[in-house]
Amino acid sequence: MSTLDRSVVEKVAGLARIALSPDEVDRFTAQLSVVLGAVDRLREVDTSAIPPTASVLPVDNVMRDDIVRPSLSLEEVFRNAPSRDGDHFRVQTVLEER
Amino acid sequence: MSGRLPRSAREAVALLRKRETTALELAEIAIAGASGDRYNAWLRVSADHARAQARAADARIKAGDDSPLLGVPWACKDIIGTKDIETTAGSRILQGYVPPYSATVVERLDAAGAVMIGKTNLDEFAMGSSNENSAFGPVRNPRDPERVPGGSSGGSAVAVATGEVIFSLGTDTGGSIRQPAALCGVVGMKPTYGRVSRYGVVAFASSLDQVGPFAQDVETCATVCEALFGADANDATTMRLPAESLRMGIADGVKGMRLGVPREYFIEGMEPGVERAVRSALKELEREGAELVDVSLPSTDHGLAVYYIIQPAEASANLARYDGVRYGLRVAGPDLGETYRRTRGQGFGPEVKRRLILGTYALSAGYYDAYYSKAQKVRTLIKREFDEAFKRVDALVTPTSPSVAFPIGAKVNDPLTMYLNDAFTLPVNIAGLPGISVPCGTSDGLPVGLQFIAGSYQEATLFRVAAAYERIAGGPMEVAA
Repeated sequence: MSTLDRSVVEKVAGLARIALSPDEVDRFTAQLSVVLGAVDRLREVDTSAIPPTASVLPVDNVMRDDIVRPSLSLEEVFRNAPSRDGDHFRVQTVLEER
Repeated sequence: MSGRLPRSAREAVALLRKRETTALELAEIAIAGASGDRYNAWLRVSADHARAQARAADARIKAGDDSPLLGVPWACKDIIGTKDIETTAGSRILQGYVPPYSATVVERLDAAGAVMIGKTNLDEFAMGSSNENSAFGPVRNPRDPERVPGGSSGGSAVAVATGEVIFSLGTDTGGSIRQPAALCGVVGMKPTYGRVSRYGVVAFASSLDQVGPFAQDVETCATVCEALFGADANDATTMRLPAESLRMGIADGVKGMRLGVPREYFIEGMEPGVERAVRSALKELEREGAELVDVSLPSTDHGLAVYYIIQPAEASANLARYDGVRYGLRVAGPDLGETYRRTRGQGFGPEVKRRLILGTYALSAGYYDAYYSKAQKVRTLIKREFDEAFKRVDALVTPTSPSVAFPIGAKVNDPLTMYLNDAFTLPVNIAGLPGISVPCGTSDGLPVGLQFIAGSYQEATLFRVAAAYERIAGGPMEVAA
């Protein structure tokens, strides 16, 4: 498994959409390398015949009837919005016109 | 009524029934205590809301209602959504967020007539074992204010340890109820995965999270669980099981019970005072008629690694929703992508960022099999070992935490050392089992916690053995000054 260096931390922070300061990149690189070193010990465990556990519950799918129920009002939904435009959340341009 | 609350729900309800106090009087005592908070345990005291609930409870009491939590003051960890009352998860990214609906657990306690006094401090998004990761400052331990209360539900543990409320709710993903309960000298309980609805609770690691109670005594915890347990159409992970009394065995004692002592929980690095207190508790349980059984759970040692893959991986998916679009903080940048990055860069604290990077890394292309898939397989091994053990024993007994409360600042720069605080509690979440921490004496004057673990859905057994030990220990610990 790979050791962590600054460029990996920067790349993964980009994937996670988190802006980091250069100081944070340094600190997290050092700290997460130690954590990954401890986590890497799992390689010692033979799991060739072991199925994964995603959930401890003894159920697969839980189905319910598709019944229309009351939901939150638009006012309630928008109450916490940082920026609103009528019945829409206002954000910056996603796709530029060419 | 003096200026102090009764110490259990049973005592409170008895006083209310005899008309020796009113729910409003209990609420005023709790509001005054919470408002005079010296440990930064409270983020918000919702006094008007509490008084309105107390008046409604008094009306029900007058009409002859004798529900077991009616009029009982409680505190809510600020990761559990409360309609019209700000809910921050201890994070700047949710500062000012006012939920338009309440979590199912809050609705159930509302229906039971319990009186919510306010919201308690926590590690940001429940990520931490010391409560030093809150965006709103660390919580202090009332047994020694220079020390941490444990985490992540530190505020809820402190609000009970000081007697400011009779019970509180926390969430437990890897020990966040049991470990602070141990460090503060109160009882804290994590139910079986699937027992309690998480609807309206800020999600952290969805295959591990459960909501559970703190109280000074075991019976109050059992009473709260009776109100919380049960299927919820809004949370498909809640199991449909018949309602049962969790208190019926509470006076039965441990005579004839088989209690497993897993040798992997008595490791090097455990503080000698903790080991002494726990060994002495084991002897007392034996003297009361329990049979102690030597048990081995060989994969225990891998629990931490499994947990620190699965938990941050799930967190990285759950916390993707905080993007500054629909609610919460927005820090505008020159374009949408940069707005996301700045919002999350400034809105999340260091521990949350560390875990999101770790989780994103573990799930990223090329590493998924080596980390996430591998951890899920070792998770199977850990669960199987517990399942095997519960064929031979009624419950397991272990220390809750390898250490007592440590000084504020002692472990903040060393994440791995901090993570080891949860080495004895997180295997229980990995296997989805119920666990409880009960005060078990002191080491250098600081509380030690004894953890009992039972098989899935065996909470009645868990409360029986925990209550038996509580009697052996001479009842709940003194209220912290």
